[in-house]
Amino acid sequence: MSQHPTTYVPKSAFGRWFESRLPIAGLVHSSFVAFPVPRNLTYFWTFGAILSFMLVAQIVTGVFLAMYYTPNAGMAFQSVEHIMRDVNYGWLIRYLHANGASMFFIAVYLHIFRNFYYGSYKAPREVLYILGVIIFILMMATAFMGYVLPWGQMSFWGATVITNLFSAIPLVGETIVSYLWGGYSVGNPTLNRFFSLHYLLPFMIAGVVALHIWALHVPGQNNPTGIPIKSGKDAVPFTPYATIKDIFAVVVFLIFFAYWVFYMPNYLGHADNYIPANPAVTPAHIVPEWYFLPFYAILRAIPDKLGGVLAMGAAIVIWVFMPWLDTSKVRSTAYRPLYKQFFWVFVAVCLVLGWLGSRPAEGWYVIASQICTVYYFAHFLIVLPVLGFVERPLPLPNSILESVMGVQKGGAGMPAGANAEPQSKG
Amino acid sequence: MAETTTHVAEPTRRDFLYIATGAAAAIGGATLVWPFVQSLAPDAATVAAGAPVEVDLAPIAEGQIVKVFWRGKLIFIRHRTPDEIKAAADVNVASLRDPQPDAARVKDGKAQWLVVYGNCTHLGCVPLGNSGEYNGWFCPCHGSVFDTSGRVRGGPAPINLPIPPYAFASDTKVIIGQEATA
Repeated sequence: MSQHPTTYVPKSAFGRWFESRLPIAGLVHSSFVAFPVPRNLTYFWTFGAILSFMLVAQIVTGVFLAMYYTPNAGMAFQSVEHIMRDVNYGWLIRYLHANGASMFFIAVYLHIFRNFYYGSYKAPREVLYILGVIIFILMMATAFMGYVLPWGQMSFWGATVITNLFSAIPLVGETIVSYLWGGYSVGNPTLNRFFSLHYLLPFMIAGVVALHIWALHVPGQNNPTGIPIKSGKDAVPFTPYATIKDIFAVVVFLIFFAYWVFYMPNYLGHADNYIPANPAVTPAHIVPEWYFLPFYAILRAIPDKLGGVLAMGAAIVIWVFMPWLDTSKVRSTAYRPLYKQFFWVFVAVCLVLGWLGSRPAEGWYVIASQICTVYYFAHFLIVLPVLGFVERPLPLPNSILESVMGVQKGGAGMPAGANAEPQSKG
Repeated sequence: MAETTTHVAEPTRRDFLYIATGAAAAIGGATLVWPFVQSLAPDAATVAAGAPVEVDLAPIAEGQIVKVFWRGKLIFIRHRTPDEIKAAADVNVASLRDPQPDAARVKDGKAQWLVVYGNCTHLGCVPLGNSGEYNGWFCPCHGSVFDTSGRVRGGPAPINLPIPPYAFASDTKVIIGQEATA
């Protein structure tokens, strides 16, 4: 934002008076109207807008649910049923919120894998990317605590399993867990504090999202070629091009969202969560929500408590180091024939891990989880660093314009890396 | 004027005040964190509700496992059959993940009564009784196996089911939460 001095000129006398006191209209104009976006962006670049919409939708539905919900171990389950049966349109607000969490994660996973595919995490967008990882971790914490609030069997046992992860920490683990619980087991104090934090965290996410967008507006967006905007011909103004495209994508996404809400609102949940929490009985098969399954599979793959917890944490934390683990100077996988194959293998491994996380921890499922876990880490620790040295990338186009319109005045493509920006040259 | 600018090493009263104020603010701020963190710990009512509980053993038939709660935690009281006691005793202790003889997990002369916490030591699920390879417990969550002494025999659980503090008040009554005095 700071790099794009605004050309905004207020038209009215009030506009001039206000702009000289709080130049917010100019900030919006330079960031979301005149801001140059690459002309070759695909619909994979609309998930930022979709995610922003989902965050607002979750906050709005959540604020209304909080008006009817009672965060007390004796009353929480009943109050959720009260929302479903008695509150006017309570069923709709709750289904929007519960399915909204899944939609949020579908969008964020597409956003993350778009970033992986097109190398958006590479210089100069490392900080932008790490802020995204922080948002993802906050989202996981928020979703987990939200799932505890209905105080059904999966809520209770999910909370027990996840809080017990901290007991794996040597020496202080048990103390930390009792401080998380506010008691000797998951109980009313736990529910109360989870409700408080579940209400707080989305606003922390909103804060980090603001930083994420700010960091995005410094280098501008990456694009399917991975090469930067070099001239005005490579770009179009944010409004109307990106604005309208984002709105259209949000509308299409809302149709998808509405399908779940109105036709299969409980498909992504677990029937066990309609049984009130019972500390004396564990559900036959504890499974987290689908969006945690790959990490759950990694947790269970390690036959050691502390090791499993560390592996699960490392599976996310390793993302932070990706900009430095990936040694290739070419951003876009479209120009990396070898990496393209490894990328899709990685996607497949993540999906298989997700499926394995939904299976019971027995027999060959465990062995398959272990193989996939090893591959998951090998992707980051071996494939990414090594490919940068052994792979021969395809020639990059000279400009975004050329990639869209074809080569204008003859001339072959440049050797890979020759037109990389100075800051990303080795 | 020139003289004052060359003497830089001498700390002044202002420097002292600056450091003292900063230190007071830092220590004060750090101290204020304490009550907030402590408020997260189990509160007085929760601690009071954690007093020892009495359990009557008379109605528990041989082979039966009874679930009781103490401090919100599940506890299994298992009235073991002679076969189960023998199976628990006839184990090469050195071969166990968490080596402990069966005799150390029951009270002297009360080998038929096994009292253990009912949450798996992996991640806290409730293992199913009379099942698993050793007919002790089997945890359906992540596959940990426990024998008739509540010792871990397989799966990800790192240690045996722990023994809560308890004492026999009489042959048919235990007080859970009370350390044995005699």
